[in-house]
Amino acid sequence: MNPAVLIGRALLVAGAVFLLAAPFGLSPRGLQLVTEFLTMLVLALMWNLLAGYADIVTVGQHAFVGIGAYAFFGFLVLAGFDPWLSVLLAGLVALVFSLPVMAIIFRLRAGYLAVGSWVVAETLMLAAGKLSAFGGGSGVSMPVAAVKRFGAATADRYVNVYWLAFALAALALLSTWYLMRSRIGVGLTAMRDSEEGAGAIGVNLRRARILCFLWAAPFLGIAGAIITMQKLRVAPPASFSIIDWTVYVIFIVVIGGIGSFEGPIIGTLVFFVLRELLADTGVWHLIVLGAVSIGIVLIEPKGIWGLLRRFVPGDLIPVGHSPGKRQGRA
Amino acid sequence: MAGAWANQIVQGVLLGGLYAMFAMGLSLSAGVMRFINIAHGDLIVLVCFMVLSLAVGLGVPLLLAVAIIVPLAFVAGYVLQRLLLQRVLGQGVLPVILVTFGLSIIIQNALQGTYGADTRKVPAGSIETATIHVVDGINVGVLPLTIFVAAVLLVLLLDRVLYRTGIGARIRAVSDDPSAANLIGLPSPHIYAIAMGIVGITIAISGAFMAVWTNFDPTSGPSRLLIAFEAVVLGGLGSLWGTLAGGILLGVAQTLGGQFDAAWQVLAGHIAFLVIFTLRPQGLFPRY
Repeated sequence: MNPAVLIGRALLVAGAVFLLAAPFGLSPRGLQLVTEFLTMLVLALMWNLLAGYADIVTVGQHAFVGIGAYAFFGFLVLAGFDPWLSVLLAGLVALVFSLPVMAIIFRLRAGYLAVGSWVVAETLMLAAGKLSAFGGGSGVSMPVAAVKRFGAATADRYVNVYWLAFALAALALLSTWYLMRSRIGVGLTAMRDSEEGAGAIGVNLRRARILCFLWAAPFLGIAGAIITMQKLRVAPPASFSIIDWTVYVIFIVVIGGIGSFEGPIIGTLVFFVLRELLADTGVWHLIVLGAVSIGIVLIEPKGIWGLLRRFVPGDLIPVGHSPGKRQGRA
Repeated sequence: MAGAWANQIVQGVLLGGLYAMFAMGLSLSAGVMRFINIAHGDLIVLVCFMVLSLAVGLGVPLLLAVAIIVPLAFVAGYVLQRLLLQRVLGQGVLPVILVTFGLSIIIQNALQGTYGADTRKVPAGSIETATIHVVDGINVGVLPLTIFVAAVLLVLLLDRVLYRTGIGARIRAVSDDPSAANLIGLPSPHIYAIAMGIVGITIAISGAFMAVWTNFDPTSGPSRLLIAFEAVVLGGLGSLWGTLAGGILLGVAQTLGGQFDAAWQVLAGHIAFLVIFTLRPQGLFPRY
């Protein structure tokens, strides 16, 4: 194996070991940061799946995070369900909502789809503000009793929520990787490279796009539940935050490298480093992210991973198949 | 009671004039250059703040301020298209969305850094409070009426420019088939840039009217983009008169929603859009 690929994979393994060991070594503040990292990674993986492969460039991803947050709050606090069941149901509700949303926005293409998804997200956020059981427009905090059901002691709760985020991120990464290596994924990769070409050789574009959209929804919904467990409240502008759950996510994927598996991982890491560096600069944080993203689109559309890939001869997380090996040649 | 509803409908139609004006530039760039500029609303708000700086900060008379900004906006639109947007057109759907999206975030935060997050408004003097009595229960503000008339005139003017002038014919030729237009010697980047300059003029005019009629803050752009987008889609792509009708429809939906309950105003507009769009995805007056 090429040394560059070997180093890259060694780094990935080291990262995974670090994440597995994190609950045993990190302070509660550190653990919260890593939990946040994992939820952002899930959001980035899903936006990358939609925009990078399935040609569904949404600016309304925050809708499903918000739906998940509200559904989670409803099942856990209002209905008094089991906490882990509430998390799963949050994903299910997001999946159910994705059907009508898809019926609306799939009539639009390209930039129209992007803004159309934003309209839908805005409508859902405003509608969430009308739910009086959820505190209306100003939102409501989680009752202490409900919070404690995730762990009586604060430290236990952080660890439990961390494992939840870890499991979700691992599932998102592995299952999406599996999806991309399946027949459907190979079709999607062909679609990413040339939509007409893929259609001409018989890739069912419509079915693949529907599958991807439905695939992303439950992950986003469960991420919304985890975010709610960290913020301990639901409120329309925070739970449906376009800046946090869509704008940052788009910048993460674009900077890291859209249309690859390595890109969202690199982008999320870079995002958290930049956030710590630029934390005190106020509006400059977003101005820098915006300018860097535009620069990347103009200069290296495949982002940081695209730049690195010039020196690394193979993917660290291979989604393609090597035809040589399969036929026993090479 | 019926009078109150009739009054709300009249006010809604006038509000629709402003919305149609927001949408005019978007309709043009969507129809000619075939892309949706996600920074459209933020550019409108940028003009609002320029009017604020000139009129309130420097004490320039309002009309003079607009006379300064309009040619500036043409040049800015031309340069934006030529230097930035033209480079990412025709490379698939993603680059142009990402570039205009990045631009939107940069403008919002630059405005916030320069002016702070406060809500602003530009005072326009006596025209703000002047009203015309139509019939019992219906009074029409002079400012909203002026804006509505300006919107109709703008549609007429754009329609004439696009369908009755040489540059309009060139713009349509490049829009219909850029490579064929290049073949007969039309410089498509230059012509696209002129079209974007015209979009800039509509942005300047609508931003100036918005600055004197409604409150605005650095994050007002996205809601203006969504309204403009809804008007364009409701009206039918590529139809300027349709865009005007779409804007009016949204204005009426919002004021009727507001009549029902003040908090429902914005939501009513979005719901009206989603319902009509579901029933009639091609819009009311599709051209293509």
